[in-house]
Amino acid sequence: MAEAAIATAASRPGLLADARRIWNDANGVQRAAICIAVLLLIVAAFAPFIAPHEPTAQSLIARLRPPFGFERYREGYLLGTDELGRDVLSRSLHGLQLTLILAALGATIGLVLGGALGLVSGIAGGLVDDIIMGAVDAQIAIPFTLIALLTLAIFGSSIEVMVLVLGLYGWEQYARIVRGEVRRLMAMPFIEAARAAGASGGRIAFRHVLPNAVSPLVVQFTLSISNIVLLESTLSFLGMGVQPPTATLGSMVGIGRDYLPTAPWIVVAPAVMILFVTFAVQILGDWLRDRADVRLRGR
Amino acid sequence: MTPLLSVRNLKVGFGATEAVRELSFDVPKGATLALVGESGSGKSATALSILRLIEREGGRIAGGTITLHEEGGPVDITALDERQLRGLRGNRISMVFQEPMTSLNPVLTVGNQVAEVFIRHRSMSGRQALLAARDALDSVRIPEPQRRLSQYPHELSGGLRQRVMIAMALACRPKLLIADEPTTALDVTTQAEILSLIRDLQAEIGMAVLFITHDMGVVAEIADRIVVLRQGRKVEEGAVADVFGAPKHAYSQQLMAATPKLGSGSPAAPSGASKLLDVRDLTTRFAVRSGFLAGRRSIEAVRGVSLSLGRAETLGLVGESGCGKSTLARSILCLIEPSSGAILLDGQDVMRADRQGLRAMRRHAQMIFQDPYASLNPRLPVHDLVTEPARIHGVVSARDQRDLAAELLQSVGLQQDAVDLYPHQFSGGQRQRLCIARALSVKPKLIVADEPVSALDVSIARQVTDLMLELQQREGISFLFISHDIAVIERVSHRIAVMHRGEIVETGPSQSVLRDPRHAYTRRLLASVPRHDVSGRRAALEPLPAKAVPAGPANGAGLREAAPGHFVRENAA
Repeated sequence: MAEAAIATAASRPGLLADARRIWNDANGVQRAAICIAVLLLIVAAFAPFIAPHEPTAQSLIARLRPPFGFERYREGYLLGTDELGRDVLSRSLHGLQLTLILAALGATIGLVLGGALGLVSGIAGGLVDDIIMGAVDAQIAIPFTLIALLTLAIFGSSIEVMVLVLGLYGWEQYARIVRGEVRRLMAMPFIEAARAAGASGGRIAFRHVLPNAVSPLVVQFTLSISNIVLLESTLSFLGMGVQPPTATLGSMVGIGRDYLPTAPWIVVAPAVMILFVTFAVQILGDWLRDRADVRLRGR
Repeated sequence: MTPLLSVRNLKVGFGATEAVRELSFDVPKGATLALVGESGSGKSATALSILRLIEREGGRIAGGTITLHEEGGPVDITALDERQLRGLRGNRISMVFQEPMTSLNPVLTVGNQVAEVFIRHRSMSGRQALLAARDALDSVRIPEPQRRLSQYPHELSGGLRQRVMIAMALACRPKLLIADEPTTALDVTTQAEILSLIRDLQAEIGMAVLFITHDMGVVAEIADRIVVLRQGRKVEEGAVADVFGAPKHAYSQQLMAATPKLGSGSPAAPSGASKLLDVRDLTTRFAVRSGFLAGRRSIEAVRGVSLSLGRAETLGLVGESGCGKSTLARSILCLIEPSSGAILLDGQDVMRADRQGLRAMRRHAQMIFQDPYASLNPRLPVHDLVTEPARIHGVVSARDQRDLAAELLQSVGLQQDAVDLYPHQFSGGQRQRLCIARALSVKPKLIVADEPVSALDVSIARQVTDLMLELQQREGISFLFISHDIAVIERVSHRIAVMHRGEIVETGPSQSVLRDPRHAYTRRLLASVPRHDVSGRRAALEPLPAKAVPAGPANGAGLREAAPGHFVRENAA
């Protein structure tokens, strides 16, 4: 298996050629999404170097200053300042970085956890299936915000706990989707063909079932990234999220809400960034799903 | 005499592709015209165009006329509006579809569905319509029509459902009945009954029938005239006797030659073959829930089956759907756990084998499935697919995998450079070749083939069975070949086993069983097979008296030797 992977990797043309091919395949919206995604990633990765100010540096004489081009604009604060005189641009950049890390880690943990449980549930069936699906039903019955608040209240709201909580979010949806797909696929003749050929359970699960169940997983993953960004801002708004003065996009929107009538710019910058993140993720997710499906590729 | 329906220069397109090109034919009054062709020949598109249902399927009539000659003068169907079409459909022209399982509404009673036709087209009241529905069911020889009215479609067998469909189609005494492969989904005995029913009703009502099929045997059975289609074009037209006697076009000849005919001989038995597979008293039970509150009960899908198979030999297992032949095949390969009995493969008892032993067994016994579309993982490239068993059993290293794949493709007659393609890029016949290549990758001693050619066109099916015969001669593989089509079985099998209700009722050398059938069920099965003989059409089938064949002794005994190697179940006569 490993040799085969190396062989295919070596036989591929360079990364640049790959990128060019992908770019040529993409349509207008997809190209826009690619550009936005690349831009967001670069900006997030280099936030500490790009940001003109420290995200937590306060300047009480420059509170609630509007962005460039408005009256009372203060030199050096391009997107204005918030209620404590902190630079909105710098906070947005740092917030973007943290939010992307939280969302990516959270969604991935949910995907792996829920996906694995769904796979086991669908393939094993019987009592195992009943137990896992019972847990899923229980999870659906309890509002997740409640669980998140409880967990954060008990363990404190450190970044690590936050990642775990966000990772738990949505596991039951992955589990249900994967289980449904797996049950459908297990009845397909090609699974029986694999069994007749002598394939082990693991081989059937990872080589035959999982690759065919990827499409709905990708869709769910993209949905869940946007949802996690929203959950994180809900928790921050309730005061149980990432603690101030650390900035996340969600907490900036949450806190800025109070100043919406007088200083809307505090909310606008992080809100637009959330918009861009979800847009790029959704479009790229759709496109990834299509490309992952060999039946749709190269038509 | 003017024909009932004239189709002139009909052109039907689906998007950019042309399904029917410049097709012209006539359906004479009161006669049966067969439209024959393989999949993609445009025969269904033509039928749907006549009812103008083609637009719903995403197609469009690009040119030509379809004229229905009625008492009131000719009507061009291509020029009718939707309201006029509703008066036409189901009233003057009606249609019977292939799938009796899905063409009835599952949540309405049979009575409601049949009565609706009378309410719609004959403006009857509900009570009158139900009475008319009962008469309609009676006229298509459905037993106990009164009771059927309140039954739901799932309570009826496939044959009965198709009769209901025919009753609905004939409710308004149409001038023309279009039957689109009405018997393809049915068993051969049911097919024979439905065909004779259509023939009888045609004589009663005096309607014309446009019969669409791919099966030349069915054509010989029912049609007066025949139109052979290929890729949307008419290649030959004529009276059935003429076309069957001397097909003029090369494609018609090829189609005739490819259609398996009963009585065309079997391969000679391999001499002095030693036993490879020995199945003794195999029984497989399933637990089924018999009702909402009732507990589980078990049904025996396979009951005390004993059979044996020599090296390089083919045993044909024939029976109707639901007789347990697929369960038997899966039980032999331990894909379903058998309940009792013994399976000896090469002297090893498979049922007592542990996990390791079972794995080893799977290396020697491979399987080919019916549906070549669903039995290949759509996400894997061909070189992974065909070498998978070999990889599982460690026969080939990752490095040599592609070479092995290319070799396998060559041996089943595919291009070697197809190794990087995916299953969806192949046609049905090619996919079945891929399945065979996959089975061959571990050089098995036994291949169990479950209806391997039933989903394929006749000419493709012929190529696939030829390939299997060739592989048997070259590699000495034994085949357990399962089919409901006794003519295909005859062509490939050295010996035949006839299965009925979970039991083998007759087994022996192919020619001995087919020429001298001893069991009532075998005789009935043989009598149902369409003959390629236009001259003498057979009389209606006798019903099988053995509706209550007593269950044979569970130990599988009770087989009597009727001729050398030819055994019949005791309670046969």
